[in-house]
Amino acid sequence: MSKENNHISSYKDHLLVLALLITLTVITVAITSIELNAFNTAAAMLIASCKAAIVLLYFMHLRFDQKIFLIMAFLVIALLVVVIGITFIDYLYR
Amino acid sequence: MENNHLPNYLEYRGKRTGLLGWLTTTDHKRIGLLYFYSMMTFFLTGAVLGILMRLELIAPGRQLVDAQTYNAFFTLHGLAMIFLFVIPGVGAVFGNFMLPIMLGAKDVAFPKVNLLSWYLYVLGAIIVLTSQFMGDGPPDTGWTFYAPYSLKTQTNVVAAVFGAFVLGFSSILTGLNFITTMHRMRAPGMGWKRMPMFAWTLYATGWIQLLATPIVGITLLMLAAERLLGIGFFDPAIGGDPILFQHLFWTYSHPAVYIMILPAMGVISEIIPTFSRKPLFGYTALIVSSMAIAFVGYFVWGHHMFTSGMSEGARWVFSFLSFIVAIPSAIKVFNWTATLYKGAINLQTPFWWAMAFIFVFMIGGFSGLVVGSLATDIHVHDTYFVVAHFHYIVFGGTGFAFFAAMHYWWPKIYGRMYNTKIANIGLLIFFTGFNMLYFPMFILGLMGMPRRYYDYLPQFQDGNVISTIGSWIMISGLIIIITNLIRAKKQTGKIVDNPWNGPTLEWSIQSPPTLENFEELPVVTHGPYEFK
Repeated sequence: MSKENNHISSYKDHLLVLALLITLTVITVAITSIELNAFNTAAAMLIASCKAAIVLLYFMHLRFDQKIFLIMAFLVIALLVVVIGITFIDYLYR
Repeated sequence: MENNHLPNYLEYRGKRTGLLGWLTTTDHKRIGLLYFYSMMTFFLTGAVLGILMRLELIAPGRQLVDAQTYNAFFTLHGLAMIFLFVIPGVGAVFGNFMLPIMLGAKDVAFPKVNLLSWYLYVLGAIIVLTSQFMGDGPPDTGWTFYAPYSLKTQTNVVAAVFGAFVLGFSSILTGLNFITTMHRMRAPGMGWKRMPMFAWTLYATGWIQLLATPIVGITLLMLAAERLLGIGFFDPAIGGDPILFQHLFWTYSHPAVYIMILPAMGVISEIIPTFSRKPLFGYTALIVSSMAIAFVGYFVWGHHMFTSGMSEGARWVFSFLSFIVAIPSAIKVFNWTATLYKGAINLQTPFWWAMAFIFVFMIGGFSGLVVGSLATDIHVHDTYFVVAHFHYIVFGGTGFAFFAAMHYWWPKIYGRMYNTKIANIGLLIFFTGFNMLYFPMFILGLMGMPRRYYDYLPQFQDGNVISTIGSWIMISGLIIIITNLIRAKKQTGKIVDNPWNGPTLEWSIQSPPTLENFEELPVVTHGPYEFK
């Protein structure tokens, strides 16, 4: 990749992302004290997905890289979603 | 050796020579051969265990070993054949050796990682094999490690599971290496639509290796964690779900069938045009079908679990998807046969192997539809019908293609031609023995004989006797085939560069190839199957 395409994140951005991740972790723990029944797991998974997306986009630079890498990462995640989705066809209709 | 030949990769002397030269090599061809020699060792180990199992089953009651030893035999037979032979199989040996040459490259993208893959493979194999002799006795779970039995048995499951885990890393790294090689190392002019079909099948396989193997890695770790730390993943007694293990295990292990079979299909796609003197019919359709098999193959794992207590909705979804995956497989067979049409067919040993492959693969494929169909699977599940089916696919498919590749590329790898007459006789005996060994199992399965059992009822004896005699015939053919090839390797005489008039790049260079394959990087100006 050519040098001008290399994106260097500032410390400020890194710290912001870190703060966001810590906040989401606190929310993950806090939300367990609220009774959401079956949605407790869904909420935890949703927050975890947000954290993973932030890590991928900022720490792993997908946001600043060529679109092809974003597409490839998206396809892999989509595959995982489909695999988990199909597995849940079993659990939901058992 | 002829004077116009340059020093080849077998003669090359680098910084280190002898055994050390081989163990520290980063040459893709030598690494391919390292895989080949180790894999043949494990294959023969698995074959001996298979012969012993068949001998035990020649009559009801105890013949040779007790039940626990028999269970250990079939577990090790499965582990050796699946994890150490057919999964790495064609890709690791012939992919390593041929892929860079077929692309016009000097090596794979990451040669050192390539060597690391082989070391991980050997390390995993050593762990799996030593698990038989350590701790509380050899694992008796079968190669699938089904929970909750694998959590309860006192045998040495954790070591075997860890071995399989390490082998997974070898597979992932090989897949990564091949994908990168195809993206980055193709010779000038070698566009995607000019790559040989074997390369394309390795590309599809590479993605499966990369994306599916981590799932089994994590599953096996979960199993080990549950055994060692008592975390309730799979054991219902502590809140786990045993069917979850099956989901996770087969999410990898069914795509693994395509890791085995896709490169095998690639080999056949190379042999058929060469011996028909015709371009491969439906080249684009074959590429699409390879990618489609890799993609749809991800979503069919549940067909291993129709009787395990999975929901009805999931069962019909998986059954439907399983039928869908038959379509790209059928496209391949139709295209191969269409390539033969009006071809100038040259009846040489690799061609006969390819024909034998199609014959047994079709039996395996069609019987797959019987077990992929919900209603019939209820009756034949966990019977010998399934044993026959997967041996026709895994051994008849991948195994036959492995032998086809050996006979096709042997002159390229070693520069020596084998005795084709003896090779054909060996194949005929092997083919006869193979069908005699496995076809009766279809009948036994339909009669209701359960698989994995040490003993059986007297009404099943006839089929078992035929099957055991078949195993003796098959092993005789195997001995002839291997002896013939070894003799060819050792003989001195005329070196053959291109005995089949093959059209792809590996046939344009000397046999055996030089260290860097090409003295000048080739410029590709046409597709892979253009015959003069």
